[in-house]
Amino acid sequence: MEALDIARWQFGITTVYHFLMVPLTIGLGLVVATLQTMWVRTGKDEYLRMTKFWGKLFLINFIMGIATGLVQEFQFGMAWSEYSRFVGDVFGAPLALESLLAFFTESVFLGLWIFGWGRLSKKLHLACLWIAVLASVLSAYFILAANSWMQHPVGVEMVDGRPVLNDIWAVLTNNTLLVAFPHQITAALSVAGGFLLGIAWYHLWKRRRDGIDTVNEDGTVNVGERPEIGRDKADHSVWIKSLRIGAVVAMVSFAGTAVTGDLQGKLMFDQQPMKMAAAEAACHDGTSFSILSVGDVGAKNCDDVKAVIEVPGLLSFLANNNFDTEVKGVNTLIPEYQEAYGTHIPDDPKYGEQAGTEIDYLPVMSVTYWGFRIMIGFGGVATAAAAFALWITRKGTVPESKWLMRLAVFGILAPFGANSAGWIFTEMGRQPFVVAPNPSFTGIDQVFMFTAAAVSPGVSRAEMIFSLSCFALVYLALLVVEVRLLFKFTRGGVPSAMPELLSSGGHDGGSSGGMDSAGGDDGTGSDGSDSSGGTKPKQPDDVLGFAY
Amino acid sequence: MISLPTLWFIVLAFLWTGYLFLEGFDLGVGMLMKLMGRSEKDRRVMLNTIGPVWDGNEVWLITAGAMTFATFPLWYAALFSALYIPLVLVLLGLIFRAVSIEYRGKHDDDRWRSRWDWAMALGSFVSAFGVGAALALTTTGLPLNENGDRVGGAFAWFNGYAVLGGFAVVAFCLVHACAFLALKSRGDIEMRARRAVVRWLPLGVLPMAAWAIVVQQQNGKALTLIPLVIAVVAVVLAWAAARRGREGWSFIWIGAFLVAGVFTIFASVYPNVLPSTLNPAWNLTVNNASSSDYTLTVISWVSLFGLPLVVLYQGWTYWVFRKRITADSIPAAHSVTAQ
Repeated sequence: MEALDIARWQFGITTVYHFLMVPLTIGLGLVVATLQTMWVRTGKDEYLRMTKFWGKLFLINFIMGIATGLVQEFQFGMAWSEYSRFVGDVFGAPLALESLLAFFTESVFLGLWIFGWGRLSKKLHLACLWIAVLASVLSAYFILAANSWMQHPVGVEMVDGRPVLNDIWAVLTNNTLLVAFPHQITAALSVAGGFLLGIAWYHLWKRRRDGIDTVNEDGTVNVGERPEIGRDKADHSVWIKSLRIGAVVAMVSFAGTAVTGDLQGKLMFDQQPMKMAAAEAACHDGTSFSILSVGDVGAKNCDDVKAVIEVPGLLSFLANNNFDTEVKGVNTLIPEYQEAYGTHIPDDPKYGEQAGTEIDYLPVMSVTYWGFRIMIGFGGVATAAAAFALWITRKGTVPESKWLMRLAVFGILAPFGANSAGWIFTEMGRQPFVVAPNPSFTGIDQVFMFTAAAVSPGVSRAEMIFSLSCFALVYLALLVVEVRLLFKFTRGGVPSAMPELLSSGGHDGGSSGGMDSAGGDDGTGSDGSDSSGGTKPKQPDDVLGFAY
Repeated sequence: MISLPTLWFIVLAFLWTGYLFLEGFDLGVGMLMKLMGRSEKDRRVMLNTIGPVWDGNEVWLITAGAMTFATFPLWYAALFSALYIPLVLVLLGLIFRAVSIEYRGKHDDDRWRSRWDWAMALGSFVSAFGVGAALALTTTGLPLNENGDRVGGAFAWFNGYAVLGGFAVVAFCLVHACAFLALKSRGDIEMRARRAVVRWLPLGVLPMAAWAIVVQQQNGKALTLIPLVIAVVAVVLAWAAARRGREGWSFIWIGAFLVAGVFTIFASVYPNVLPSTLNPAWNLTVNNASSSDYTLTVISWVSLFGLPLVVLYQGWTYWVFRKRITADSIPAAHSVTAQ
């Protein structure tokens, strides 16, 4: 492998990994902020419990998103210096805006939220969470603005062979961005929905297995309790409500991703026809959408691909909103690309070892074809499962079946899979370009860059191998740690996030009653109210509501 | 009237100063976890002095990086690709540090905590050293060709200036962290930190002062001697304040030393942003490495409102969490039992 290939693998691995954390952070953040709002408005204990429990899992995941996000920003300059030089004038701007307007806000206000329990007034504390979560949404907007520009360059003019920004507004209202952003936010919510659903299902199942909740003859649930292990009555409503919220969020967000995805597809047929043709393994012009194809979809020879199940007219509908306009296939598009952008990479030293080689305009079809189908398929399956879950739990608990429980827990992975597949599809489908040219009238002429020209010329293959192995090893180890912690705190249930629930049982030395804010201490904490009646700290403000 | 690229050079110097000032002490606290924290309570006191603020401090680095990309793409591309291996290590250090802060208390077990303390101490050390080395090299130069690419292999950046810069930031972080801990905690840690400031301050600022003097001498401008003198005065004042137990003042004067020192360095190298050690004609300067005026204008307007806002709300965080941390502040270890 050349340095270029290693750099591409590195970018792919670090991005997809980072992108496991990001949708959960955004989606779960919005859910937790909503739950805390419900608590502030209604004062109901169950909403506080939900906020604390889901908030804990949110934080365990959040930190990994932060830690791996740094790598993303640095590697543009480290591994892709020619890219940075070429696009710096335009691509750097959204990144700069992201860090200044979103990252600062997110991290500062999240710190205030984590440590602010019992120290800030209830409403101010809630506002801090909303500000942090909305900042993470804003950061998604800016990063998608940067990415959308790579898919559909706008707002620039070419000066001395480099794109120079002349309209920031065009970059921030790029039509590609305006559909990608809602698509991504709804996709993030679908991850959160599945997460809530799976984990809540597990806890309801465990309560049934342990004989805490029983089912009456008419199928309704008889809620029991065992407060000494932290599973009291209020706990049941925590899980059933979480499950329902998760299911509804999953269903609504899937509808959102479908609508925005359709709009995105239509734009992409226009802006990057090759990507969509490759997603379809559509070799010849036509109107049919293939559900299943056999043969080697990765083959460069299109004749090896045979569609088994096809829906006539659907492809045309996806692209053009009608059933009979033909969509260009790969065999038609390749000569068009060759005419517009050449058949060979220019014989220029800046292309390194790639100089003079023939350009392959067809992205790896097996990746685009299956990426597209996994994205839609996993999303659809998760949604159907959510509808089923909503129906089967209508009487207040889940069935005793262990297999259904396992399915619900494994189902958490489906929206993650859909998100990753969508991301891989959209990025790999752009190849061989890093900045994709838009052949139709919507693009600015001649703004494009081959991936082969983007890699850092001064960085050796050995350096790339070093960094790739470091990141791969560390990421793998940390993934194990994160997942184990998520499991641990999930199994621990609500008391894992609210140890004070167990302090009455003489658990753990009994001095953990310090978190007296849980009882509803909504003052600034300086007035000495200790309404919770738990173990009394020496002076209320001396003990941190939260401490590492 | 100063030009936009010059203005942005100043803003970037401000961002780097902000980063070194703020994350300086939390990196230092990270390194001191193993040196100064003798008991588990000690370490938790130390950790919680930076608990609510460290993440916001780190964003100064992200912002300095992103702003360099946007305003001086050629500087960003040349520096980051030339320092490939050290920056990989910095990133790994920052990853371990962030994760260890969040995860060390998530499992009630001494071995678990001890491992994360090591991750935090080493991660903080490596990141501080690497950032220092990178900043020193951008002021003393790298072997860059005409295109701005490093020549001479993966370790061509390695020289005495890199080591000096690395030690400068590490030593500064340690001293600054002691001053911060003396200010923010009460009890054993406070006492130990106080004594450490008095004892180590003169040594701790030495490498950074040496770096500033080297850069000042190499680029020789009379005017940049002024901040250098101010830096020296600030150290004397910081030391005097520390001796009299005035923790607030010693912390502030150490900060003033940093501001004056970094100012000396950046003002001396101007208009270079990254000199080439091979040929002065290939130096990256504020004029040949910057973005277009339009891009700079856009970012300037946003920053004009954005940056003061950041300083304002970040300042507010410090106000909200202004109380000193004592061993009594810390609730019992969080023990999760699977049911």
